[in-house]
Amino acid sequence: MTDNKKIREPLLRITKRPSIVWWKAWIILAVAILAGFLLGSLVIYALTDCAPVKVFKSLFDGTFGTERRTWFTLQQTAMLLCVSLAVTPAFKMRFWNIGAEGQVLVGALAAVTCIVYIEDMIPNWLLLIIMVGSSVIAGMIWALIPAFFKAKWNTNETLFTLMMNYIAMQLVSFMIMVWVPNGSSVLPTQEFGWLPAILDKKYLFSILVVVVLSVLMYIYLKTTKHGYEIAVVGESENTAKYIGINVKKVILRTLAISGALCGIAGFLIVAGAEHTITKDTVGGNGFTAIIVSWMSKFNPLIMAFSSLLIVFLQEGSSRIAETYSLSDSISDIVTGIVLFFIIGCEFFINYKVNVRHSVKAAKEDK
Amino acid sequence: MINTIASFISAAIIQSIPLLYGATGEIITEKSGNLNLGIPGIMYVGGISGIIGGYIYERMAVEPSAFLCIIIPLLSTLIGSGLMALIYSFLTITLRANQNVTGLALTTFGIGIGNFFGGSLLKLFGESGSISLLTTGNYYKTKLPFADDLGLFGETFLSFGFLAYLAIAVAIVSSIILNRTRTGLNLRAVGENPATADAAGINVTKYKYLATVIGGAISGLGGLYFVMDYTAGAWTNNGFGDRGWLAVAIVIFALWKPSSAIFSSFLFGGLYIICVKIPGLSGAAKELIKMLPYLVTIIVLVFTSARKKREHQPPAHLGMSYFREDR
Repeated sequence: MTDNKKIREPLLRITKRPSIVWWKAWIILAVAILAGFLLGSLVIYALTDCAPVKVFKSLFDGTFGTERRTWFTLQQTAMLLCVSLAVTPAFKMRFWNIGAEGQVLVGALAAVTCIVYIEDMIPNWLLLIIMVGSSVIAGMIWALIPAFFKAKWNTNETLFTLMMNYIAMQLVSFMIMVWVPNGSSVLPTQEFGWLPAILDKKYLFSILVVVVLSVLMYIYLKTTKHGYEIAVVGESENTAKYIGINVKKVILRTLAISGALCGIAGFLIVAGAEHTITKDTVGGNGFTAIIVSWMSKFNPLIMAFSSLLIVFLQEGSSRIAETYSLSDSISDIVTGIVLFFIIGCEFFINYKVNVRHSVKAAKEDK
Repeated sequence: MINTIASFISAAIIQSIPLLYGATGEIITEKSGNLNLGIPGIMYVGGISGIIGGYIYERMAVEPSAFLCIIIPLLSTLIGSGLMALIYSFLTITLRANQNVTGLALTTFGIGIGNFFGGSLLKLFGESGSISLLTTGNYYKTKLPFADDLGLFGETFLSFGFLAYLAIAVAIVSSIILNRTRTGLNLRAVGENPATADAAGINVTKYKYLATVIGGAISGLGGLYFVMDYTAGAWTNNGFGDRGWLAVAIVIFALWKPSSAIFSSFLFGGLYIICVKIPGLSGAAKELIKMLPYLVTIIVLVFTSARKKREHQPPAHLGMSYFREDR
């Protein structure tokens, strides 16, 4: 009897859920996002005296307030979504490609290089095609280098791809120094290789490209044999080998696709918006994309909403900071808080927390 | 010539100290099986916490005393960066969230905190201008008293603030604890195979939490050294740069050994600064040289994975969360 008292049930006991009804999962996620928003707006309130109820309105105003802002928000969302799409196949395979930043950057660098050396020697449409081609190849190479070593020697890809980012950044700095050897070392806006404006909207072309890419990626992952192989390798490499999937081939092929899409993202950034390049052209999107892809459960359609949520938070809170002439880094703080809540809520979807009392109650029920 | 070399060595040491703190902290963290990619963010928070602590004290105190000028920023840094690591620990250990995703979010968050308060701290207190804590900075920069009497040797090796020597001491002590004590053995067991460690009666959760929080706090000191000693109490947004990622790279280069991290940091510090020290380099060549630390890391990574020597591998359970009922 005394022994029994010593070994008491812990207050909280955790068990894995075999499955969860979809609407329960959504409710948990919604509560988490709401809680994140609440805490985020409290932080904004503490720092700026902007009343919490007003924060949401200001966020909205900062992102969709004017037509110009709306287009800008949509363009930013499209870019983030494009990089998220790119990392998804690799990510689903459990290949931790955190080198999207670098892969996009070399894609952008390839596009700018074409503009700088070709200029108006050929018609614009031909230049654009050459730019896409070189961006895709550059992004592919950047992704295939770590993939090759992963397939051959199981080299840790997380750290490898991370280092590749900084090599890409230095490469960009190097090329800028070659092009602009003295003075500002800033590459001026290029006149050639602009994507055509559709219906007078500058960003529409690149947004449409990303929409098409999302649909294609959805089909690729859900319905094709390749998509199935990716899923199996991600779940268990041994199972994949057992059923005769060539794991090395799948790794290389998937990373080639991932890198190519990153290259396209780089091209869109250059030809559709920036028309120049700096070390920070990608601006951390390569890292944010990993979070977007993961919190959307690798589903390209949900990713569109997640990207919009992140851009909404970042652009909106920068706008608030601007109003109160504070540093716009507040957007990273608010985004971080919301992300923590989203990351944390995953636990409550996958696991069930049993309180001691409820265990007793369950026993009595029996 | 000898003077040039001496000044290069001393510049390399100065560059290496933040890297060494970051690497030591990350090694301790990774030994518990947690790949904390939030280290760059934690180091930013470490720096800004020190600045905030020092700023508030300098504002309040009429005559700032040396002891408090040192101890308040130091404690603020330890608390600030420790709390950041605690967020990471709670999410990845208790809530079993994905470590890479959590780490990257933590880095975004931490750099945001650093740059926000760095840019707006004075404004929040109703002042204008930029942060400059000369008094505190000077106390942190105080050299060893006998450094000047030792000529070139003193200038090269002894002319740093106390945090520089503390970094080396911390690395050596961590190395001894990891390799020579029961605690270290247990910690390594947790990182290699938590299920076995659990079966042997080691409290896996406790070890993971402690290693991650202590590791985070140590990394934060790198940020403190940077803002107090290197820039003498001033904050520039993004001034700390990508040193946090370099620290993560050093962990690989040092093959997860704090004692090797001392030399590795020195080497990386040297590579970081060498482009400034070689006269007559073109701007483009400088950018290529800055690529070296990352290139070297990749080469080490490839070689160690190709040779498959067991003692040179990362902890086997690195990056994975542990749930007792998953068998």
